[in-house]
Amino acid sequence: MSSALHGPGLWYLTRATGLVTLLLLTLSVLLGMLNAGRFRSERWPRFLTQGLHANVSLLVLAFLALHVGSTVLDTYTSISLAAAFVPLASSYQPYWLSLGTVALDLLVALAVSSLLRGRLGHRAWRRVHWLAYACWPAAVAHGLGIGTDRTATWVVGLTLGCVLAVGGAAAWRVAGIGAGAR
Amino acid sequence: MTGAATGLVRFQPPRLLAGLSYQRPADLAAHERCYGPPPRATPRLIDVVDASGLTGRGGAGFPTGRKMRSVATRRGRKVVVANGAEGEPASSKDRLLLTRLPHLVLDGIVLAAGAIGADDAYLCVHEDEADLLASLDVAVAERRDPLRVRVAGIPGRYVSSEQSAIVQYLNGGPGKPTYSPPRPHERGVRGLPTLVNNVETLAHLALIARRGDRWFRSAGLPAAPGSMLATVSGAVCRPGVYEVELGTPLGAALSQAGGPAERLSAVLVGGYFGAWLPAQVAWPLPLTHAGLKGAGGALGAGVIVALPESSCLIAETARVVRYLAGEGAGQCGPCLFGLPALADAMSDLAFHGGRGRVLGQLSALLPLVERRGACRHPDGVTQLVRSALRTAADDARRHDEAGPCHGTRRAPLLPVPDYEALQEDA
Amino acid sequence: MRLRVNPIACTGHGLCAELLPEMIDLDPWGYPVLTPEDGQVPRMLAGHARRAVDACPTLALLADSAASTVAAFPGGGDGRGHSR
Repeated sequence: MSSALHGPGLWYLTRATGLVTLLLLTLSVLLGMLNAGRFRSERWPRFLTQGLHANVSLLVLAFLALHVGSTVLDTYTSISLAAAFVPLASSYQPYWLSLGTVALDLLVALAVSSLLRGRLGHRAWRRVHWLAYACWPAAVAHGLGIGTDRTATWVVGLTLGCVLAVGGAAAWRVAGIGAGAR
Repeated sequence: MTGAATGLVRFQPPRLLAGLSYQRPADLAAHERCYGPPPRATPRLIDVVDASGLTGRGGAGFPTGRKMRSVATRRGRKVVVANGAEGEPASSKDRLLLTRLPHLVLDGIVLAAGAIGADDAYLCVHEDEADLLASLDVAVAERRDPLRVRVAGIPGRYVSSEQSAIVQYLNGGPGKPTYSPPRPHERGVRGLPTLVNNVETLAHLALIARRGDRWFRSAGLPAAPGSMLATVSGAVCRPGVYEVELGTPLGAALSQAGGPAERLSAVLVGGYFGAWLPAQVAWPLPLTHAGLKGAGGALGAGVIVALPESSCLIAETARVVRYLAGEGAGQCGPCLFGLPALADAMSDLAFHGGRGRVLGQLSALLPLVERRGACRHPDGVTQLVRSALRTAADDARRHDEAGPCHGTRRAPLLPVPDYEALQEDA
Repeated sequence: MRLRVNPIACTGHGLCAELLPEMIDLDPWGYPVLTPEDGQVPRMLAGHARRAVDACPTLALLADSAASTVAAFPGGGDGRGHSR
């Protein structure tokens, strides 16, 4: 490893992309729940929700790739590429890191199943997509456990905001289901 | 149209119902005494059935020989399913066959299986019919066939009698119609090519196997050969199941049932998925698929209900539509929501007056319901409603503008299960 | 190209009507009505039609290419044969 890869640059990249990924993932989950709840208004058609959800999810994958890449390339902590995909494969904070790994694996499953939705059929696709409700909390916990900035007030505030938003959307969904919506 | 004009041979003695008796038990010995023992089944039977021109007696009227061949030509094992569920409340012919002449049906099943190379066969009836299931078990136990027919009870919804729904139920599914292929003759029960036939069709097949195609064609018309069972009910003196030659004028069938008990205004032909026709129009029509269809009716499963002038056609139809609206599988939005909406509109028209609006509502609703489901259930209902509005157009207008007529207070004529739950003209 | 709706899979999400209003309307209960009824898609709408098919959340909107046709079937003509 060249010395150019050792230094704060990659570390800042990891931290920044991690936060952005969390925000985008939260946005994706919110849009997904909005879609499942069949939200529609005069100026906000269904296909907008659906299209945004799909595109934001792709952005999540892009930023996640940067996050993983910068982490792996950074020689300060020896996290291998394998550790990004295989839980408990790293020696550096294995449990908190693995939450991120699990979230990544689930995200890959969600993305692949959605891209192959036509071949999978609706019922199978739907069963896989429920994993989103496991993916997001794992990502949030990963950030709270291993994130360098986890103690900074503004980061805590941001994370709390994400949790409240998803919690609120979940309450809206549950209320909708209780009211007999499909 | 007289017998001579239609080209009918003079009236033949009963064929299927020759062995019908209400005194003797319907056992194997009596059956063979009357009809003779069944011949061995060979693939050649398919050619004979083809030549005979036998068509399905379950309502669709598809050529039976062609259906058998489409299954027989497939490779591997095959299954025969006999549909005796008779979801149509106004039909009792299948029940008559299964209770009084079960061995004729069982012969037909075994012969069809032998002809197409099937080694598995089911006879399906409504699962609530405990006595019928028991008597059929007894009948099967009496026999010494190379193949043992399995008697199965299926769920009772109207749509459950539909071909793909039966196959789905036998495969362990909920007994609801499916949307797209595979069709039963390609992949049916357990994924095997399956022949599904109405029990009356198989009963005819049992006799064709014994007596040949020319015998079968010696009754009926060249384009519509053979005989059929008609369930005649309503305002006739002797309602019941009668065997008539195809092509018999409808009026002759009504006469066989003792003739009208009162003056008739209309006749329902084909069953609840059939159509109403004015009595004068219906009387001379030949009982064939083509003949009735040409007049806007349908032969269906041979249901004929005579409506007297003192009854209200709109009210009878409204009750039937309410019943059918609850009989869907509930899988398709347009049917799930559209049929109750139709039932509401028909009820308003029949029992509460339309306030001048209901006919318009109906004409807007009908195209939203027809052909938008996965099976023919909604189409059957819209066909019935359209024929009612056409046949009783004046009554419908009067109901819409002025309110219900006297006929709505008459006791209902058309049988509707669980009627107490549907009371709405009280 | 021809569109058709699987009425069992359709649960009335309505995205198809948003993306292809030229051919798809919603009935009073939220389910799609195709115009023309046979679902024949004019060439200039083909791209929009394909997008609508991809957008359906339950994969209920289906497209058949011009070459494929539904074969006649014993038992009723269109697979919905009633054998009672």
